Amino acid sequence: MSNLDVEKIRQDFPILDRVIDGKRLVYLDNAATSHKPVQVIKSISNYYEQYNSNVHRGIHTMSEEATTAYEGVRETVANFIGAKETCEVIFTRNTTEAINLVAYSWGRQNVLPGDEIVLSPMEHHSNLVPWQQLAQEREAKLVFLELTEDGQINMESAKQLIGSKTRLVAVTQMSNVLGTITPVTELARLAHQHNAIILVDGAQGVPHLKTSVAELECDFYVFSLHKMLGPTGVGILWGKKEILNAMPPFMFGGDMISSVHRDKSRWNELPWKFEAGTPNIADVIASGVAIEYLQNLGMDNVRAHEVEITAYALKRLGEIKGITIYGPKDANLRGGVVAFNVEGIHPHDLGQILSDSGVAIRAGHHCCQPLMKDLKVMGTARASFYIYNTLEEVDLLMAALKEADKVMGHVACR
Amino acid sequence: MSLADDLYRETILDHYHNPRNNGSIDNASATVEGVNPLCGDELTLYLNVSPAGLIEDVKLMAHGCSINTASGSMMSEAILGQSVERAEEIIESFKNMMLTKSDEVAFEDELEELEALRGVKKYPVRIKCALLPWNTLLEGIQTAKSTKKE
Repeated sequence: MSNLDVEKIRQDFPILDRVIDGKRLVYLDNAATSHKPVQVIKSISNYYEQYNSNVHRGIHTMSEEATTAYEGVRETVANFIGAKETCEVIFTRNTTEAINLVAYSWGRQNVLPGDEIVLSPMEHHSNLVPWQQLAQEREAKLVFLELTEDGQINMESAKQLIGSKTRLVAVTQMSNVLGTITPVTELARLAHQHNAIILVDGAQGVPHLKTSVAELECDFYVFSLHKMLGPTGVGILWGKKEILNAMPPFMFGGDMISSVHRDKSRWNELPWKFEAGTPNIADVIASGVAIEYLQNLGMDNVRAHEVEITAYALKRLGEIKGITIYGPKDANLRGGVVAFNVEGIHPHDLGQILSDSGVAIRAGHHCCQPLMKDLKVMGTARASFYIYNTLEEVDLLMAALKEADKVMGHVACR
Repeated sequence: MSLADDLYRETILDHYHNPRNNGSIDNASATVEGVNPLCGDELTLYLNVSPAGLIEDVKLMAHGCSINTASGSMMSEAILGQSVERAEEIIESFKNMMLTKSDEVAFEDELEELEALRGVKKYPVRIKCALLPWNTLLEGIQTAKSTKKE
């Protein structure tokens, strides 16, 4: 049993009271974005009502308050992900921007013709397309790790695929389709043995798993706050100081400079070197509140709750005739993401009919088209859980799935 | 139950479970692929247009949802044997029906079945599913026309 008081947690999320077509909302699309507790929402209005002002420049009281709050979140983030120094934490718009920053700044300085960039086959488009572009531009090669039958990284073949030509390994910490948790530390050691570096896409990882960049032994770690109770529009790039220091800026303009002349400029120090222009102050401050909310719950408790609900979902979904569930079968080896297909019902139709029962799931390719090709499907349905979901909601999902089968003419049971 | 009424009507499910003109044509005068980037659904359309400009044969290979598959199936029945010009008129009427707010009846008589797809309008994200075959057909007709000129 988990130590989360789910009923109490639910009271912090006003949106969970929403009624959809006369039915109670069952929100199972947390891998796309999570809901926000009232503490986070209030933090945003409080900023605009009480101390809205630009950071890093003003001498007046409100500007100092805003700067202190904004920079304070850097410390909260560093603490949450086990980073040694706050200057290693860079605010971006989202995970995608953080990866692009590395691909442009580090990639175009370090990747040479013939070099190899190693990815897993389950990367989100955001951790694939930037590397495709880089590889094309630099005449480098993309190499894909292999998966075992149940969707885990094949470490035996990884030892062959990561080698002397490898410059970078870029992998997800947890797949947004298969739920697979990647053995990041083992991959990091392999990469480092060959003088390569490793970037970890933590968008699905850090909201659900206790995460330490030191323990992962990675060089870059990227994630988005909106998947972990925070607002949209805030992402994090964490990088090792010595690597970040050697990288050129990604964007140019205000705030990222230390001095500007008519013909040349000097760059600001870390982390501001990578934060050109007025940042997303209100949402960064609210992101700090989101992280504190998770810290108060305890990430071990969050994980235990999700393992319990995922195990139950795997068991109940397994009862449906004609269902295929993707990824590891053991809830302890995976996150709270369950992708599935019901034979004869296209995931789009499934998503639509479930929505009429008030059940919100995702249907489609989940921004993982190459993985869909590997699985030989056009798309899947996907239910994903978070701290406020209950076992009862899994039962409501089951009832909605039965209704869908009825609407589609009992195809699954044929 | 709104869905059963609007979206998953008997006509649509019938075309979904038994899509008409399903398959491929060797040496077609036009072969076009359509993709719905939203969900990754794919569709290949094969078209044979006679020198006189009649659509002599049409086949579809669809890997899509019920709306996409049914829409393509109904479309193939509506345009088979028609002149290219008439097919273009039908495409325009269909797209108008799906993309405008008007509830005026767009199709009567032998094309009445297409009215069954009107319910999709209530689900804006699904309109793309219904339109995919039609936009692919439009491209196919352009291809057939330009090959003829060469």
